[in-house]
Amino acid sequence: MENFINDWGLTVTTFLPMVGVAVMLLIPKAQEELHKKTALATSLLVAVMGILILTQFDFDATGQLQFAVDHIWIDVINSHYAMGLDGMSLPLVLLTMLVVPLCIIYSWNHFPEPQNPKAFLILILVLETGMIGTFMAQDLVLFFVFFEVVLLPMFFMIAVWGGDDRRYASLKFFLYTLFGSALMLVSFLALYFLSGSESFVLSDLIAAVSSNGVSRTAGLWIFAGMFLGFGIKVPMFPFHTWLPDAHTQAPTVGSVILAAVLLKLGTYGFIRIAIPVLPEAAVEWAPWIGLLAVIGIIYGALGCLAQTDMKRLIAFSSVAHMGFVMLGISTLTDFGINAAIMGMVAHGLITGMLFFIAGSVKERYHTLDINRLGGLLIQAPRMGWIFGLCVMASLGLPGLAGFWGEFPAILSAYNPGNGLPVTTFRVFMVISALGTVLAAGYLLWLLQRAAFGTPKDEFAEDPSITDVTKHEWISWAPFLALIVAIGIYPNLIFRVTDGAVDASLDDCLQVNASELTAEQAEALGCASIYNLHEDHEDHAAGE
Amino acid sequence: MYLNQFLLLSAALFAIGVYGVLARRNGVLVLMSIELILNAVNINLVSFAAFQDSISGEVFALFVIAVAAAEVGVGLAMILLLYRNRRNIDLTEIDLMKG
Amino acid sequence: MMAELFIFAESASQSGLPLGITSGGAWLLRNAWLIPLLPALSFLGILFFGKRMPRKGSELGIAAVGIAFVLAVLTGLAWLDHRDNYHGEETHLAVVTVEHHGEISHDEHHDEHHDDSHDEHAASGHSESGHHAAHSSLAVSNTVTWFQTNGVDISVGVLVDGLSVMMLFVVTLVSLLVHIYSTDYVGGDRRYTHYFAFLSLFSASMLTLVISENTLQLLVAWELVGVCSFALIGHWWEEKPNSDAALKAFLTNRVGDMGLLVGVTILFFAVGSVLPDTFGSFSIAATNTVANNGLLSHTALLVAATCLMAAVMSKSGQFFLHTWLPDAMAGPTPVSALIHAATMVVAGVFMIARLYGVFFEGLSIGGSSINLMALVGGITTLVGASLAFVQRDIKKVLAYSTISQLGYMVLALGVGAWTAAVFHLFTHAFFKACLFLGSGSVAHAVHSFDMKSDMGGMRKAMPHTYRTFIIGSIALAGLPPLAGFWSKDEILAGTGGWGLFGGTGGNGSYTLMLVMGMITAALTAAYMTRCVYLTFFGEFRGHGDVHESGPRIVVPLWILAGLAIVAGLFNLPKGFQLVPDSFQERFGHYVEPVAGYFPTISHATPSWSLAIISTLVVIGGASAAWWYYFVKVEAASKASGKSLTELPNGPTTTYPLAKIIHNILDKKYYLDHLYTGIIAGGTKGPLARMAYRFNQQVIDGTVDRVGETAVKSGQFVYDKIDQLVVDGAVNTSGRLSSEAGGELRKIQSGKVQSYAAILFAAATVLAGILIVIV
Repeated sequence: MENFINDWGLTVTTFLPMVGVAVMLLIPKAQEELHKKTALATSLLVAVMGILILTQFDFDATGQLQFAVDHIWIDVINSHYAMGLDGMSLPLVLLTMLVVPLCIIYSWNHFPEPQNPKAFLILILVLETGMIGTFMAQDLVLFFVFFEVVLLPMFFMIAVWGGDDRRYASLKFFLYTLFGSALMLVSFLALYFLSGSESFVLSDLIAAVSSNGVSRTAGLWIFAGMFLGFGIKVPMFPFHTWLPDAHTQAPTVGSVILAAVLLKLGTYGFIRIAIPVLPEAAVEWAPWIGLLAVIGIIYGALGCLAQTDMKRLIAFSSVAHMGFVMLGISTLTDFGINAAIMGMVAHGLITGMLFFIAGSVKERYHTLDINRLGGLLIQAPRMGWIFGLCVMASLGLPGLAGFWGEFPAILSAYNPGNGLPVTTFRVFMVISALGTVLAAGYLLWLLQRAAFGTPKDEFAEDPSITDVTKHEWISWAPFLALIVAIGIYPNLIFRVTDGAVDASLDDCLQVNASELTAEQAEALGCASIYNLHEDHEDHAAGE
Repeated sequence: MYLNQFLLLSAALFAIGVYGVLARRNGVLVLMSIELILNAVNINLVSFAAFQDSISGEVFALFVIAVAAAEVGVGLAMILLLYRNRRNIDLTEIDLMKG
Repeated sequence: MMAELFIFAESASQSGLPLGITSGGAWLLRNAWLIPLLPALSFLGILFFGKRMPRKGSELGIAAVGIAFVLAVLTGLAWLDHRDNYHGEETHLAVVTVEHHGEISHDEHHDEHHDDSHDEHAASGHSESGHHAAHSSLAVSNTVTWFQTNGVDISVGVLVDGLSVMMLFVVTLVSLLVHIYSTDYVGGDRRYTHYFAFLSLFSASMLTLVISENTLQLLVAWELVGVCSFALIGHWWEEKPNSDAALKAFLTNRVGDMGLLVGVTILFFAVGSVLPDTFGSFSIAATNTVANNGLLSHTALLVAATCLMAAVMSKSGQFFLHTWLPDAMAGPTPVSALIHAATMVVAGVFMIARLYGVFFEGLSIGGSSINLMALVGGITTLVGASLAFVQRDIKKVLAYSTISQLGYMVLALGVGAWTAAVFHLFTHAFFKACLFLGSGSVAHAVHSFDMKSDMGGMRKAMPHTYRTFIIGSIALAGLPPLAGFWSKDEILAGTGGWGLFGGTGGNGSYTLMLVMGMITAALTAAYMTRCVYLTFFGEFRGHGDVHESGPRIVVPLWILAGLAIVAGLFNLPKGFQLVPDSFQERFGHYVEPVAGYFPTISHATPSWSLAIISTLVVIGGASAAWWYYFVKVEAASKASGKSLTELPNGPTTTYPLAKIIHNILDKKYYLDHLYTGIIAGGTKGPLARMAYRFNQQVIDGTVDRVGETAVKSGQFVYDKIDQLVVDGAVNTSGRLSSEAGGELRKIQSGKVQSYAAILFAAATVLAGILIVIV
């Protein structure tokens, strides 16, 4: 058993959903119940595999790749089938495994128009393979393939099951992301050829870049390509405009998966690929990433204040929240990236949950216009309370998960990694702290108008407005429990990620600058990073 | 005998063929013009082969003749169908593929 | 400073700074986390099972808080013993010291020292701070790892010293009384169970806050009490004004919390810069200790202290972030008593007291005559007191009074009178909770909070409420020997202003603060007199039959009133000749830390002359108001035959008593005029109205406008930039390609011959190119 998990665990986990898809393709379309059961069983089996992997995972060596497999895949281009799991990917993989079965349960009895559970569920399972694969892939070509596999099911999900404006939204989503992916692929290829690496495997590339080196300009351009590819997926300001449309038009389950997992593919790409491979280019780009991140925080919040549609508001809040994640990443510190991973998980849980609620509200009221809503707490008190909890979590209340993504990110911006302009980042810190105030503003405003007060006359006597149903309870309870559990004991995530982040970061970014002299930096081979910015001096001086 | 005599003949045939393809509106005539072009090519192939003591040109020419026969067969069948459907084989009026 | 010498005199191999904490101590002290745990469990219990319980969950809340209260008392007793008799090991903090030749050296981490070194420290401490007790009070600290990131262990735990023990006592006691009171006050409410759940959650959060071992834990608890406050202010959220008030409270606090986030961050890294092997620390003891020892740059401390002040200003209702507090009275009255008077709003004061090393050094409190904190406190106390005059709503009078008293505490901390501030916090909690609960009792009976239209003459109908309210008012006004007098007097002495009053000591000469404090004392007495008159005297102006409240309301009132009488005796000033030495400054002795994490402050000794003058000021304020209301208004009421709330226009009536007093005061006409016309009238009239208008329109208006502007700019950014520019660029590129397609489409004529023509043309061109190139 142990050997099986070690050698086959990741592969089986990744492709198990495809087995489910194959089975479902053989079942006639009319047997809807059977389809639902098959899909659920498949996703639960994946989750069981996840638990088995979790039990075998060595938590004292989160920095190493575990259950690693590495076989030659496409010989011509030296691409390998390389999979592995470490502390950085584990939380996200588990999040994916959790989200998918819950989404299937949620849509059990109410598939969006035009129904067709077979196709819908097959798409979800294909998505699952893509998402899990992306988080586990250790080879850039493999990563790219999985990254793209995710794209199509999502496109169809929006284009077929979406709202009124679905064609526009789905096309926008597709084109935007494809554009980014194309640049990303070019960057991967350039990296491979310029570094002279012997394969596309990540560890080979890192070794090749650090031993052979890539010229500064090339490094900057390659990073820029990845930056666009990942940044669009995140999405970072100003590449975010696909997100509100996609979220608004997507079916509830689509929105949930999009928010909970898909956005994380971008940020994950940054911390898994871009920064470890090109630390020096990262140092030069980091202030700009940080700038876009804080603009995103403020801008997303202002965007939220202008919305009248609940789903669109939540979508805009994603821009702000992912801004905090990107701010954490841009500090290039262990602390900041840990915060970012925490932020990803927290945002996945919380915003996913908010989209679930928005979907349920839409189902009951047939509108998401904030001006027409009100009195949710009276008509569906339990849902109102859950909504309140999620709003609190989303605005970063301590004791709930959102806080641990937000505060450490702000904290880390005070003391960014070596070579980064300290003063600039401190300004970012203060601006992002302002973002927390705005976040409280728009979220509470939403809560007040949707949940407080009395119901509007048009809905006051509507019998279809019921409280949380059984399916909703089952699919929401794990989310809520995790939001609270992580909030109370953040070490659930930090303990897993810390070692991996530490291992992934370049040594030069790690050493405490205040303890280094210029000669010591030279000796460590960090001179290029160390001397990038003059501001560094006041960093070293500390307070 | 000079090679250029053959080439001039084939060029003339080719030019006539091109004129026919571009200017005539009757489908059958266009097909015949295509035949002219192909035969211009054949002349080129055979004459080059003869002047270089190689057999490959003749072989190619044979291929071209065979393919041309097939092409004319298909082409005439299409024109026949067109005529049956529209009582007309004027190519300028057939623009169903317009984008 | 001693400790500074201590580290610099020794070579680098020496152990570090004594922190003034120990990991030993009595079991109860080390396990003080049990106290917040109880209400936390009861929160969960009520949330999930409350509705099914016979009393809808209130019994669970009361039981949990009751046990917590007993534990708090036992912890307090354990602390009394620990303070005087504990001789365990003191924890030392390793620090990086840069020596002359520039090398960096690390000290051993957490080197434990034994009794002898500890005594040595105490002995040297004795020499430089004369009147500190000979042996220091080691706080008890007990931590576990919360999470680790980047190799830094972030811990969670308890820091138990006199301050936290005192707070534990106050919070559990007031919370228990409020729980009991609430079973009657909100009995039958539509969300009775939720109400008690949130009371429990609040108690748990507040108790966590007061035993916080580090600033991160403090921040977490700080926000949690904020959200409980939000939920309880908006308890009746069906009405828009209530949810508006809740939102306002939360958002205003968020603004301050920004300062807290930034301040905590700065301190985290500042402390980290002097610690070996780590880059940050949240520990309160470590932060204070390194700040006290001058290891941190003054700029960092100043910026951090200023940021933290923003948090204090919002949470503790200091000018100019105080506007949420009066609105917060939209919540149920017991909530106002517990959260918005006795406990949560003093969190800011508590935080200053907790991080006093940072504030003392950062704001240079010692030896100065003005600083940010003292000034903010002083202005707040005046603003609050003056605004309390113009309120019709009894709870708003008390709310402004709370603001004013919180300003007093902040002022006291700003002038270095730490013990006085904390003592005032202690006494204020009792008498203000008493007043709030009393006002609730009255409002419960008349179903309104409006003093002018629905109250009056309540003393006959509600004797218990009346008496306790009077006791609370006197304590608040600060007349001896009730609680408020002692604490207020110590604050005034602590300002060290105007040596002519004969007080000694103090950390500077804050004369301006002394004046502000005096004025506030007079104003406080005056507005409370007005409030008492409007509520309990005159004729009843409301409707219906009014009865005294039930025992669940009256008993808590009497307990609090009793404490309002005696609480002051816990800290009789040093040199107070009427009692033996062993009764003097007991509170200060047990509550004020004498340890590495507390700055060396010098203590003022109140003098008789100061006490007499301040008492006279209070009496002056009270009698001015008394003369106006109890005499003139009363007389006018009699004359007109109905109960009035202010003088009708026209001359004074000829009521004999008024005439006699008028005659007695005849020669002091100016004073009369000053009190009634300029001070009382002026304050009550134009000045206060102006201040109130300023408050409502300018400050509050700014808040509103900032909100509106934010929405508008959001609208603008969304409409103009997002939709037009950013999204426009995307759409334009789409449209461009589609138009290009439209053009190209014309070539696709469907005519075979035109295709052929293009083909031949292209072939010709290509052939031409080929020829040219080859």
